[in-house]
Amino acid sequence: MTYTFGLDTFGDRNSDANGSPLTHADTIRNVVEEGVFAEQSGVNFFGIGEHHTDYFPMPAGDVALAAIAARTERIRLGSAVTVLSSDDPVRVFQRYSTLNAISGGRAEVILGRGSSIESFPLFGYDLADYEELFEEKATLFAELLKGGPVTWEGKTRPPLFGQDIVPHTEGGPFPAWIGVGGNPQSVIRAARLGFSLALAIIGGPPARFAAYSQLFQRALERFGRPPLPVLVHSPGHVATTDDQAKAEFWPRWRDIIALVAPERGFAIPTRESFDRETGPDGALYVGSPETVAQKIAANLTALGASRFDLKYGLPGMTHDQLMANIGLYGHQVVPRVRELLT
Amino acid sequence: MREPTTLAVLGAGHVGPVIARLAIKAGYQVAIATSGDPAGIELITELVIPGAQPRWATDAVADADTVVLAIPLHRFSDLDPNLLSGKLVVDAMNYWPASDGVVKAFEENGSSEIVARRLAGSTTVKALNHIGYHELEDRARRAGAQDRRAAGVAADDPAATEAIAGMISQLGYDPVRLETLRAGRVLQPGGPVFGVSLTLAEFERAVRDEARSLT
Repeated sequence: MTYTFGLDTFGDRNSDANGSPLTHADTIRNVVEEGVFAEQSGVNFFGIGEHHTDYFPMPAGDVALAAIAARTERIRLGSAVTVLSSDDPVRVFQRYSTLNAISGGRAEVILGRGSSIESFPLFGYDLADYEELFEEKATLFAELLKGGPVTWEGKTRPPLFGQDIVPHTEGGPFPAWIGVGGNPQSVIRAARLGFSLALAIIGGPPARFAAYSQLFQRALERFGRPPLPVLVHSPGHVATTDDQAKAEFWPRWRDIIALVAPERGFAIPTRESFDRETGPDGALYVGSPETVAQKIAANLTALGASRFDLKYGLPGMTHDQLMANIGLYGHQVVPRVRELLT
Repeated sequence: MREPTTLAVLGAGHVGPVIARLAIKAGYQVAIATSGDPAGIELITELVIPGAQPRWATDAVADADTVVLAIPLHRFSDLDPNLLSGKLVVDAMNYWPASDGVVKAFEENGSSEIVARRLAGSTTVKALNHIGYHELEDRARRAGAQDRRAAGVAADDPAATEAIAGMISQLGYDPVRLETLRAGRVLQPGGPVFGVSLTLAEFERAVRDEARSLT
């Protein structure tokens, strides 16, 4: 199996060394530097997740990806995720096919139904419709990816009759994934529509997702499709030692989860739950390069996945901490995982 | 009312399969159904909920003594109350506007009371709603285990409370009985035990005062 390794950010708002928050603009400029440095460190993919909050000021990640594209040559660039339910599939396709043109064919997109939901009220969508919105829009997006004139009719956007959508992509469709957080019916949908599967694992033992990976491949067979890759997206932080990584990550993790818990239904982390999640059976990849590499290798194997994307950084961390994380991930973690997997 | 032996789990999203797996492990007979053709969840059942039977909702409910509602709350109004008539119904749903949007019929407080009113021919018990689906299985422990956690059970019918308390214990949690469905509001989103993993003593302490004020 060919393995690839990515880094994802939500544009987590940086702080300076004294703990004062940087501006949104500084944070976005830092993300561009981080994307460029990810390529220099040997990372294969850089993803930006759509968010609309003061602590994740990153609603237009595709613009930042275009800036990174202009300064890089090899690294693949994509969303992680695009909240498709509250966007127009035609616009999403146009933005990412434009990115694909700028980057010389390096664009990807991961589509999400809406785990972060602040975009729904912002753009006038009803959260109660999120399933219907995503089903329709993902179906249309699959049509758009094929290229050529599109005819489509539904309830969530105006119909299209033999419509040519530009810009056309070179060399066929760009890679497109559906992000899934634990709903098996979403796994079936990805297979039915022919998207690759992105498993977002942010709590609990990752191995329990092995059944989802099998479900995906079996469903692809049933729908008469060839096998498609599975990726794992999980949060984490790499520093020189386990203790340093935990010391840098834990207070920021506690703060951000406490902040989003009322809306997302997360339990507020305790030091005990954090230590469990950063242990071998947890979902957080926090530690030294060796610790994190061992965990990635074990879970890629257990889950039958060929790509791992580390969601690095948290609101309140410094740009220097993130750059150190990126350097260690690219130069030490990724080569070590490759070694462990051969 | 006897303890459940045969379950119909309605809903195959995030929550339904997790409850179904726990129940199968505890030795219950489990059928799982969505609003549609069971063929649509055959693969899911085989790989994610081995041991469960995918069935049409009508058939699953007809053969069950207990029905677990694990569907999105805004779909509840599509469910025919006659289907559930005479059954013990576990309401594992939540009204959570911040996460799922506003549902007009549930704007009044007490989502399980609203469910119970609509399901007048059934006996409604509020349970299994306040532990996250991603934690429900990992936290389950046998009775007597030192790190066993607690889970709330609320109903207006004491025999129904007792029956589901027995089931909760089989599934892996120390049941905490609340005196009425109204008192079960303490288990809702925003309440002191929602999304928090607590031992029996911690749970009882957290709900005692608030539940009493609702009784």
